[in-house]
Amino acid sequence: MLEVQGLVTNYGMIEALKGVDISAAEGRITCVLGPNGAGKTTLLMTIAGLLRPRRGSVTFEGRDITGASSTAVVRQGLALVPENRLVFPDMTVRENLVAGAYTRLGSERAEAMADLERMLERFPGLKARVNADAGTLSGGEQQMLAIARALMTRPRCLLMDEPSLGLAPLIVAEVFDLIRELNEDGATILLVEQNAHMALTVAHHFFLLDQGRVAFDGDPGAMAEDEVIQRAYLGSAGG
Amino acid sequence: MADFLQNCLDGIATGAAYALLALGFTLIFGVLRRLNLSYGPSIMAGVFAGTALYTGFNAGLAEIAVATVVGAVVVGAYIERLCFWAIRKDMAVASMVSSFVIWMQIEEGVTLLFPDRTYAFPGILADAVLEFGPFFLRASSLAMLAIAALAVLGLLALIYRTHFGLAVRAVSENPEAARVAGVNTGLVTLLAFACASALGGLAGFLIAAGDQQITPLFGLWATFKGLIAMMLGGMGSIPGAVLGGLLLGVVEANALWYLGVETRDLLAYMLLFAVLVFRPGGLMGQAALMARRAAESRV
Repeated sequence: MLEVQGLVTNYGMIEALKGVDISAAEGRITCVLGPNGAGKTTLLMTIAGLLRPRRGSVTFEGRDITGASSTAVVRQGLALVPENRLVFPDMTVRENLVAGAYTRLGSERAEAMADLERMLERFPGLKARVNADAGTLSGGEQQMLAIARALMTRPRCLLMDEPSLGLAPLIVAEVFDLIRELNEDGATILLVEQNAHMALTVAHHFFLLDQGRVAFDGDPGAMAEDEVIQRAYLGSAGG
Repeated sequence: MADFLQNCLDGIATGAAYALLALGFTLIFGVLRRLNLSYGPSIMAGVFAGTALYTGFNAGLAEIAVATVVGAVVVGAYIERLCFWAIRKDMAVASMVSSFVIWMQIEEGVTLLFPDRTYAFPGILADAVLEFGPFFLRASSLAMLAIAALAVLGLLALIYRTHFGLAVRAVSENPEAARVAGVNTGLVTLLAFACASALGGLAGFLIAAGDQQITPLFGLWATFKGLIAMMLGGMGSIPGAVLGGLLLGVVEANALWYLGVETRDLLAYMLLFAVLVFRPGGLMGQAALMARRAAESRV
């Protein structure tokens, strides 16, 4: 569904991606693991049209979206849940969700508003605080809002950048339950994570990104057996 | 006491025009988080477009107003493309310096085209005076107040009631998140700049019509007044810009009456200094500053 080939992207003066090939299969959860600075966020930002690649290609549902603007990428049905959530702090929860549907407000406003109501049903925590400023929400609630905001674009593929970052373990489990549910509802998910244990509970396929290159590509079984990943990401407990 | 109230009345009328200038600054600062020093000169260029129509073609008030606003918008868009769009987001100082360079360019350009320095500008209801008991108000001041109030209401409706306004607020609060949501931030920024210039053009028209004359120094004056009013009220706060503008107008009118013209500007600067020392976020910007900090520190 999503194919990334030979992607090279600079982040500032640094070549953050040095020729990355990954793919996300339709209806699956694909996880990209990797240490800080491996290029995970750069990868998602390049796919989402926030950074322009120097070389390589990004193809979504057979269409070439390499170097397309973020607006165009959103319209194609790809949505990013950014790292650190990035909600609009001085706007209410409702306004955040409406802003999420920005590309649809002109042509399908009624449907977008119906989606908003559905989203509030799905996220009771957000419904309870629908008129509160997003900046006053807890970290977990902000993460839910960021995910709900991305869903307001009606994406067929969701890009998620470290949704567990900085959240309490209980909330992390909630976020991963949600990821599983979204996938069961039909969304293809490309997940970037550092929390390999949690990722193992949901993902169907793994990539390991290290210093801008793909260092591992395989299913969860193969990953659990890989010695390097064992030591670096899963601790010694398993092996 | 009667003097004081009369001064306040005059001050509010002037302050309404300051508020428009401050709102323009606020819009630009909101979406870009960068200062546009050329804001005043772009308005000045617009006012000269109006005066050209007046002195050259003896045009009516409405045409002159439109020419002033359109002139300010065109020059404003030129500044946006050159000083902000073309310069990387993280180079705020480069943008500010280049906006200063464009300021000089605009001032030189206008001086070349209009070598006589001072030009006539038509007044609104020039000599009529309205009396309210012991108080009186120039009809032009009342018109200024009414037009400015309508413009502020229009801006509030635009920002809080439309899709475009939602996009402007989204870009103001978090440009990257706005892009993630599919907002075309470049276009929104340009349009917000155009709105700010239109407000500025309207303010320029009202002020020039009040003075019934215009010089190229108006650019400097407009940048100063707008910037001070915005900082008094709070950087990036829309109600703050209105409050800051009105407050500046009232303080200036009273300073002029009680202390004389020499101390008027001095008092305005001292007021700004005091506000920045005791409330660094400005009168209305403090709460927003705190909320933002709290939101950013939350995990």
